[in-house]
Amino acid sequence: MSGDNRFLGLVYLSPYIIGLMVFTALPFAASFYLSFTDYNLMSAPVFTGLDNYWKLFTGDRTFRKSLWVTLVYVFTTVPLKLAFALFIAVILNYKLKFINFFRTAFYVPSILGGSIAIAVMWRYLFADVGIVNMALQGVGLEPVNWFGDPTNALFTITLLRLWQFGSAMVIFLAALQSIDKSLYEAASIDGAGKFSTFWHITMPLITPVIFFNLIMQMVQAFQEFNGPYIITQGGPLKSTYLLPLYIYEEAFKRFDMGYASAIAWVLFVIIMVLTVIAFWSSRHWVYYAGDKRS
Amino acid sequence: MADHVLSPNLAVDREADRILKAQRRRQIVSATFRYGVLTLVGLFMLYPLIWLVGASFKTNSEIFAGAGFIPHEPTASGYVNGWKTSTPYTFGHFFWNTFLIVMPKIIGTAISCTAVAYGFARFDFPGKKILFASLIATLLLPNVVTRIPQYLLFRDLGWLDSYLPLWVPSAFAGDAFFVFMLVQFLRAIPRDMEEAARVDGANTWQVLLFIVVPLLTPALISVCLFQFMWTMNDFLGPLIYISSVDKFPVSLALKLSIDTTEAFEWNRILAMSVLTIMPALIVFFLAQKYFIEGISAGGVKG
Repeated sequence: MSGDNRFLGLVYLSPYIIGLMVFTALPFAASFYLSFTDYNLMSAPVFTGLDNYWKLFTGDRTFRKSLWVTLVYVFTTVPLKLAFALFIAVILNYKLKFINFFRTAFYVPSILGGSIAIAVMWRYLFADVGIVNMALQGVGLEPVNWFGDPTNALFTITLLRLWQFGSAMVIFLAALQSIDKSLYEAASIDGAGKFSTFWHITMPLITPVIFFNLIMQMVQAFQEFNGPYIITQGGPLKSTYLLPLYIYEEAFKRFDMGYASAIAWVLFVIIMVLTVIAFWSSRHWVYYAGDKRS
Repeated sequence: MADHVLSPNLAVDREADRILKAQRRRQIVSATFRYGVLTLVGLFMLYPLIWLVGASFKTNSEIFAGAGFIPHEPTASGYVNGWKTSTPYTFGHFFWNTFLIVMPKIIGTAISCTAVAYGFARFDFPGKKILFASLIATLLLPNVVTRIPQYLLFRDLGWLDSYLPLWVPSAFAGDAFFVFMLVQFLRAIPRDMEEAARVDGANTWQVLLFIVVPLLTPALISVCLFQFMWTMNDFLGPLIYISSVDKFPVSLALKLSIDTTEAFEWNRILAMSVLTIMPALIVFFLAQKYFIEGISAGGVKG
């Protein structure tokens, strides 16, 4: 507001600025430095140059396995979750009865999903004699060894994330509901079918939201911890040993802070590169209203 | 309908009738499909939770005996034994500990994020662009990269095994997402009332307290609710920072009970799981409108 001291806004921002410096910027820089050191908490960090990274990429088979599993996890979970969330949101967007009931029912798992209690429940559901296997047998299928087989174990963790599609769905639904109905009327007068209406009108208009969900879900999926920690403990054969688990154990079990920081930085760089790619590519597929491009 | 009866051309009429009927049939088929999909998905969403609650009242021998959720011989022994825990403390003690983390965290978040959002939305000052960019950057910054130095920082401050590392960063507007959400909300509110108050001689602090905060209340409620949920569900934070059992929040206590409970006492663990998610569930059903609005307004992680 005019007449005020031009630094007045900064007074209101002061908690944020202090917090940003102390709890984010400083740790961020320190983390980068630590990743070039050998530091076990007992003595001061010793600068070792690229040793940690050299070891990671040449000698550490656990890291390679963990990195691979993390990428597989993220690249299956995120697309599946977004596609499913969008599919359900499109159905809910028709004028249906009980829409509030369904929306709530679908959203509840997202509220609870991060809880340890839900991970515990997952362990029971997918146990050898759990209700998932009972249901499979009920419809005449073979029971599955969910936690004993490497592929299945990772899939079980993925399912836990898919089960929490609700928050992405609510965001999609809000975007769908904000689309101007006259566009659909115009399309139907022009004789456009349902599929082509969806593809040429709905999809372009919700690309900003798809983009937002994609980034958020990806950053999150790369940091998945509770699920594998509680449900599978990273096993069997490290098949669910995601990088956050590895970082946690290196840092807080073996207290190898330097090495753990190096792993964290590899993870960070991967997330950053993918985010930059997403932002860069968004020019080609994300549509913003008022944009001159066709 | 009158046109219909008087229509001289019966063939056209019948054709129109046929098309209408076909359209109707298609509508019924697609409605059935939609409700079918929604019901099926709803079942997959809710049945695990219903089963969880039902199974927590079953006897241990019954839990894996069938897929139904209704216990044949209902028993509260899971709750009774679970509540006692294998530690010197009851589960209530761990709930109280969680409360001691949640309360300062919510209050600190609400106050700091309001002030910061007000600063961003209503003032011009040097460095504003860069600071706002930093807010977006922290939004995308994975915690994993700052976690280790933060731990070292809190160790040097002597904060290990206390609740301070769990809530103090949030009291410095550390959750960029909430600041962002409140800024978006504030930008959509017209400034007329604030300007009128300024003309009448109120200072910015009074404007914030008596005009902006009341207008911001719905958004603030969303912020508090999300912070409540996330803190209740937080596991990694306490796992890293809290080491003595008497300070454990429920998430750690539940993990402890999995590790220490006899392998066959399933109902005890399930009962404690139900209790663990109960507060979040109750709060959600009491205030779900704020969740849906909050999440739709800003988009949310989860």
